[in-house]
Amino acid sequence: MFLRQVWTITTKDLHSELRTKEAWNASIAFSVVILLLFSFAFDPSSEQIREFSGGLLWMTYAFAGALVLNRSFAREVQNDCLDALIASPVSSAALFVGKALANFSMLFAVELVSLPVFVLFYNVPWGAAQFLPMLLVLVLGTWALTVIGTLFSALTVNLRLRELMLPTLVYPMMIPALIAAMTITTNLLAGSPVGFGIRFLVAFDIIFTLLAVVFVDTVLVG
Amino acid sequence: MREKIIIGLAAFSGALLAWNMNTIFTALPDELNQGAIYRIIYFHVPANILGMVGFGLGMLFSIGYLVTKNLRYDALAASVTEVSLVFASIGLATGSIWARIIWGVWWAWDYRLTSWLVCWLIFGGYLMLRRAVDEPNQRARFAAVVSILGSVNAYISYKSIEWWNTQHPQPVLSIRNGGGMAQGMEAPIWWNLLALACFSAILVMVRMRQESFANEIDTLRRMAHAQ
Repeated sequence: MFLRQVWTITTKDLHSELRTKEAWNASIAFSVVILLLFSFAFDPSSEQIREFSGGLLWMTYAFAGALVLNRSFAREVQNDCLDALIASPVSSAALFVGKALANFSMLFAVELVSLPVFVLFYNVPWGAAQFLPMLLVLVLGTWALTVIGTLFSALTVNLRLRELMLPTLVYPMMIPALIAAMTITTNLLAGSPVGFGIRFLVAFDIIFTLLAVVFVDTVLVG
Repeated sequence: MREKIIIGLAAFSGALLAWNMNTIFTALPDELNQGAIYRIIYFHVPANILGMVGFGLGMLFSIGYLVTKNLRYDALAASVTEVSLVFASIGLATGSIWARIIWGVWWAWDYRLTSWLVCWLIFGGYLMLRRAVDEPNQRARFAAVVSILGSVNAYISYKSIEWWNTQHPQPVLSIRNGGGMAQGMEAPIWWNLLALACFSAILVMVRMRQESFANEIDTLRRMAHAQ
């Protein structure tokens, strides 16, 4: 029952996004532009790029992700859709997980498009050995961004100063996960051992997913 | 009654601080490697402990609010978090001064410093969020959620010097199996902690009184608008 509700919400969000492609287009365009701008900020030679590739990539994802995540609950405000969703027999937890899954798939798709752009633009050394671990880091890191982003999207949806409050709350919360993802990515691309980061990322994902599922009802309904 | 408690606490904390200052500046010798600057630890460590414990207390009061829906818990959580943020700022500032002398830089991006700065930003955001929401119950709910999520980061910061090999010194206090301080040098940290804890209790009590006035004014204003 819970899973079916989650699935309904996820497909609903993905359908409405696929029809308008608003967040998707904005996010892709933004990530490509920001990757372009980074290339002017410094001269990317292939030795240097090994040292900060992870940072660049995850900063792009964090900012591009905000475009997807911010709209997650905001788009339900029009026509009072949010009230209808809350009044529907779907539990807040199912609503949250459904929306988080939809956001995750969108953000992951954006990442899969911008990753090759990044590899091409910056001549990142790329081999088959990096592919699977990188995919794992992408999934774990993106889920961390999604959970926090979706929860705070729900929290700030009815706030005045929403545009101001969201980044001041979301980015500091994301930083631990971002740091872990950045270090792992940099280590992967440099071919050094990944270290502590993966365990930290898994723990972060589990803790914040649980907290978000527990507290989303408090945030939405009270 | 509250007045008397505040005055009593203030007198006790003032006297204790004065006695501690005397110990720290006249009785204790300079540290072997660091010289005179090591004395900053007597404020850096207590301030950060109060900041960290305060964020944790704020989380407990937030849970208290979510369970009971009593706005008094929310006022307590807000007051404690606000005071803790002041102590966290003192901790960051004193740490920075120490780092300038010992490391030669004001700031290093190691895990302890970064995670603590992240906490500072999160709870700064907590206070901003409280200003952005007008309805008291909604404000209390949102603030409680942010406080609980933020406390996870406070815990990460607390553990960071054990989990990672940071540039920040490893634990020195005996309760964390540090034992890195010479005879007689650790005790003033605890006395200072007690003095500053009394001081922060005063701040919380004053802040609570202000909060209850604010609630009363808010209620009166609503009544005036309703008529």
